[in-house]
Amino acid sequence: MKQKKQLIKGNHAIGKAAIEAGCNFYAGYPITPQNELTEYMAKHMRLNKRPFVQAESEVSAINMVFGAGAGDARAMTSSSSPGVSLKQEGISYIAGAELPCVIVNMVRGGPGLGNIAGAQSDYFQSTRGGGHGDYRLIVFGPNSVQELYDFTMKAFDYADKYRMPVMILGDGYLGQMMESYIPHKYEPIKNLPKKKWALTGCKGRKKNIVKTLYLTPENALEEHNLKLNEKYKKIQKEIQMYEKANADDGEIIVVSYGTASRVVKNVIEFFNKNSKKKIGMFRPISLWPFPATALRNLKCKKFLVVEMSMGQMIEDVKLALFGKKDVTVNLIKRPGGMIPTEDEIKDKIEKMIG
Amino acid sequence: MKTQDKLTKLIIAGFGGQGVLTMGVILANSAVVEEKNATWLPSYGPEMRGGTANCNVIVAEEEIGSPIITSPDILVVFNLPSMEKFLPRLRKGGILIYNSSLIKKKIERDDIKKIALPLVELTKKIKNPKVGNMIALGSLLKLTGLVSKDSVVESLKKNFKDKKELVEINKKALDLGYEYVKS
Repeated sequence: MKQKKQLIKGNHAIGKAAIEAGCNFYAGYPITPQNELTEYMAKHMRLNKRPFVQAESEVSAINMVFGAGAGDARAMTSSSSPGVSLKQEGISYIAGAELPCVIVNMVRGGPGLGNIAGAQSDYFQSTRGGGHGDYRLIVFGPNSVQELYDFTMKAFDYADKYRMPVMILGDGYLGQMMESYIPHKYEPIKNLPKKKWALTGCKGRKKNIVKTLYLTPENALEEHNLKLNEKYKKIQKEIQMYEKANADDGEIIVVSYGTASRVVKNVIEFFNKNSKKKIGMFRPISLWPFPATALRNLKCKKFLVVEMSMGQMIEDVKLALFGKKDVTVNLIKRPGGMIPTEDEIKDKIEKMIG
Repeated sequence: MKTQDKLTKLIIAGFGGQGVLTMGVILANSAVVEEKNATWLPSYGPEMRGGTANCNVIVAEEEIGSPIITSPDILVVFNLPSMEKFLPRLRKGGILIYNSSLIKKKIERDDIKKIALPLVELTKKIKNPKVGNMIALGSLLKLTGLVSKDSVVESLKKNFKDKKELVEINKKALDLGYEYVKS
């Protein structure tokens, strides 16, 4: 029997998936804890005769991706928190110009240079757009090396389908860890539209224009924003991804994503084995669109949000539950690159049970 | 004492350069060769330069939750600072494998199994000071049966595919560690 499982580093799994999904332009600038991804792309883009650029800065890298995306490239850049902050201007332009691209953020502790440990403190920046203007990104928050691989492939498809940037929001721990995963063939989603809008040379056809400047408010920029908003509303209907366990009859539901959700998984198993109380979990996978409908439909009244930040996703949890009677939402927060321990989550749950 | 547990948690720690992270990768990969699940989480960052390095390794038949280990079943330490840091966290009844060439201090805990490996002396036997990690891994396999020696050899071949000459010496070290704990 041929070996199915493989061991791979999180950052490498993203690079491998990108190559397999046909990424044909990569630009990046080194930063820990995502360096192995840039390193992987440097080697493998060359092996596949595709362009790899180590740009002179993050700003430069995202603008190269802007240009490549305006052509018909499947373009990608990656960085970690301070570097992704630098990219925000470019991301706003790409969203405004309705171009596809994939952005990877292996989040580290902040603010400022912070540290190089994994964190979840870029949730606001990622799910609210991040740069200037009214725009959104599709944001995936994988919690395993397998999901880093799977969602990187999906990210290219969704970027092309909806003509917008898609972000993989990981964290330093996910990027640095190695884990068993099962590689598989890349299969694009059905009915990917042709890129008729792309700047590919207009000989024999009407010229295409890619722009973000709409000088007049009326009948121009307002209209453009309304059009973008229609697209975002459509995506909110079409993509709301999550995983849940014991969620329909759990007395308390623990909500977490990414690395934090791995710790929560252990806690849920502990209560399954050792307690009569049923504790459930809800894990958003698409962070934007946030799986609000599914969360709101749960009967549970007591929620516990566990985050590796001072509490950012908790705002989306509260928005999803807004107006529901007698619902309480508690928080465990560990900022600065710390990971909540199983014990502190267990203690909090015990207290909530009362 | 063979581990029949469905999920085994190990912390491996020592000075940067003692092969701590490599030992973890080889072990995790050997588990995957056997179609098991594995996670390997390294300490990374400034502490790696000259300070202590460590990795958390989990090997399991089932799906692995948190890759972060609070209380390991097995602790492998190559120097004193690592032992002092992690020994209090080793679970009751767990296994401590330690480098007795560098750790001369009496080990205070009596609720664990202690295996002393004089790695400096042992590596002299095979005339290579760099393969203490594989000696420790050999002993670990003998004690726990966590993965098979064949799987480790396969992982060594994968890990050293660009430096094939290193497979043989690492295999030798693995055997030495495997035989050492019998006596």
